[in-house]
Amino acid sequence: MPPATRRAGGKAVLALTASVVLLGAACTGQSGAGATDDPTKDTTITFWHAWSAPNEVRAVESLVAGFEKAHPNIQVRVVGDMTDDKINQALRAGGDRAPDVVSSFTTNNVGRFCSSGALVDLDPFLKKDGIDAATTFPRAMNEYTRFDGNRCTVPLLGDAYGLYYNKTAFEKAGIARPPRTWSEFETDAEKLTIPAGDSYEQLGFMPDYHGWETTTEHYLAQFSPTYFDEKGKSRVAKDPAFRQGFALQKRLVDELGGFRKLERFRSTLGDEWGPKHPFHTGQVAMQLDGEWRLGMAEAAEPDFEIGVAPLPVPDGQEDQYGKGYITGTVTGIAATSHKQNAAWEFVKYITTDTDAVVGFANDIHNVPSTLAALKSPKLTYEPRFKTFLDIAANPRSTTTPPSVNGGQYLVTVQQLGYDYESGKVRDLDAGLRKAAAQIDTDIAQAD
Amino acid sequence: MAAVTYAAKRRRAALRTLGFLSPWLIGFAVFFAYPLVSTLYFSFMHYDGFRPPVWSGGKNWAYVFTHYPLFWPALRNTLWLVVVMVTLRVVFGLGIGLLITKIKTGTGVFRTLFYLPYLAPPVAATMAFAFLLNPGTGPVDSILRRIGIPAPGWFGDPTWSKPALTLLALWGVGDLMVIFMAALLDVPAEQYEAAELDGASAWQRFRYITLPNISPIVMFAVVTGVIQTMQYYTQPLIAGKVASGVIQGAGTQFEPGYPDKSTLTLPQLVYNLGFQRFDYGSACVVALVLFALSMAFTALLMRRRGGLIQAGDRP
Repeated sequence: MPPATRRAGGKAVLALTASVVLLGAACTGQSGAGATDDPTKDTTITFWHAWSAPNEVRAVESLVAGFEKAHPNIQVRVVGDMTDDKINQALRAGGDRAPDVVSSFTTNNVGRFCSSGALVDLDPFLKKDGIDAATTFPRAMNEYTRFDGNRCTVPLLGDAYGLYYNKTAFEKAGIARPPRTWSEFETDAEKLTIPAGDSYEQLGFMPDYHGWETTTEHYLAQFSPTYFDEKGKSRVAKDPAFRQGFALQKRLVDELGGFRKLERFRSTLGDEWGPKHPFHTGQVAMQLDGEWRLGMAEAAEPDFEIGVAPLPVPDGQEDQYGKGYITGTVTGIAATSHKQNAAWEFVKYITTDTDAVVGFANDIHNVPSTLAALKSPKLTYEPRFKTFLDIAANPRSTTTPPSVNGGQYLVTVQQLGYDYESGKVRDLDAGLRKAAAQIDTDIAQAD
Repeated sequence: MAAVTYAAKRRRAALRTLGFLSPWLIGFAVFFAYPLVSTLYFSFMHYDGFRPPVWSGGKNWAYVFTHYPLFWPALRNTLWLVVVMVTLRVVFGLGIGLLITKIKTGTGVFRTLFYLPYLAPPVAATMAFAFLLNPGTGPVDSILRRIGIPAPGWFGDPTWSKPALTLLALWGVGDLMVIFMAALLDVPAEQYEAAELDGASAWQRFRYITLPNISPIVMFAVVTGVIQTMQYYTQPLIAGKVASGVIQGAGTQFEPGYPDKSTLTLPQLVYNLGFQRFDYGSACVVALVLFALSMAFTALLMRRRGGLIQAGDRP
């Protein structure tokens, strides 16, 4: 190559490399906008949330209206039905139309939100306003809204999981009360199952992991598992709670007809969010579900009486009956927002103003997320809903911890569940070891 | 002086050529070369979209090839679809094209009927197929059971999910039917007449007249089919979601390729890694694998079949 051409080629490579590096740099470093805006001046902030059902959207509108009344200078532009994928993508993209405040239905992504810097640390804001998170929010909610010393979210109502049961079917089967241990549960599920040829007239319980809320983490919560050790390594293969939880589910699958038969039956059932949900129609007699199911089930006007109870506990641990899996919606402020002080006023109102939290919980039939709201006389609920308030307040109730790569470890645990229930994985211990190794590798990859 | 003038003329001609080529060159550089180089660059970086990219060497490559549990099932599925689905689509499209060019009456109606499914939006078409092939409530299995044939689980069974996707692809074969029909109508009629006079059978006419004449179109259909199948995303994703009964909504996790990863394809991994896990480096690795496979398939096909050159065009 002649020297001039070589020089030109070298320049071209340099220019190309520089442009690539510049693009890379341009795509990053959007956080740290700082909270320099004046929240007393007229402004408009954008709030993204995940609720989509008409009654939920109305409840959000009512909540926002309450805020705008209290803060007439701050207008809130509300965008609903936003999944975590969309939220994560928008937080990275930034721009004028990106959200200032986001809320996510799951706590799974708190670790990712905090560790990536997508949402700002709210501790300075809380401190500035003299709010002590430890005495404001219930313990579990206080824990699941922060990661590695960074509080990038605060709880915005909570969810508690329990057992719904068909009281009429229970009476017909001669069952006096809801099961308190898993042994009782297995016996009851079999008693409540009425076969019809190769299918079912009534199934006692749909144990498959695809049975909507019967996911691994919801089962496992009743065994109080520890997902990670103090060094952040997976304990899936070490904590016996996982083995017990997986084994229970597999026993249920086998006792109630086997995986193939159950999956075939499941494919005939209505979807989770519609009125033809199999618990509403009486096709399934017991259902593991969140507190929202009560309102949805009653709205479907079933021809039986609905009972509500905590989920069973392992045999020999009857003293722990009453606990359950708890999670909830979280909210935080985008690092890309240039209106973080105004955004904080909004976040503070919707998460710590007792009347606002109570009003929202009443409207949306969720569990309030502050200790004051849980005790508020303005909290209205029907007697059965108290079961979920008690589960939420139970100190033995557990949640799934935040992780640097969001809920990826739960996907791995769930995948093992699918493989084990279908018989693809037969050696559970080997499966657990493999899952633990995968979780550790995924975390190392994300770190 | 004459030499200078000649050189200047050549330079002007070169500039003029470059000027005419520049729209394409700019497009190529902006929409192909730059993204490709950028993808290669990010495949060696740890980058989550927020923190600045950090050099990670071959870590992403090692992760995707040795630790990412979805990569090999997705690659196997993609290759299965490339081999089976593309072949069947081309054969079926050609068969329909042949039928349509042979029939004398109602041609317009049949053309419309066979082309219409291609216009159906992929999401709607996939959902319709998932309901039709539902093993519990779908009419297809009901009919099969009634006539005593074992009803497959279709999208609910890992053995049958890819054949079900192939059925869906065959239903929407209207695009290939149209191009094959145009190619078939373009074959000189006198060649068929001469062959008939020589006593050639229908198969011999197809083998020695039709096929050589339309071979560039067949090659075009295969190459574009391979590239499209490498990018196959919407249908397997929707089929898996609908069949699993768990619609991915707010707060739910990505479930890979229900049932049992059988509907997982490489483009789904690019989305999962890049825009759900925000591991852009690993997503770039999968994207580069897709690119390399597409190039390899295309090069192989072009070399073996002599590219898009018609039989009579060969020197």
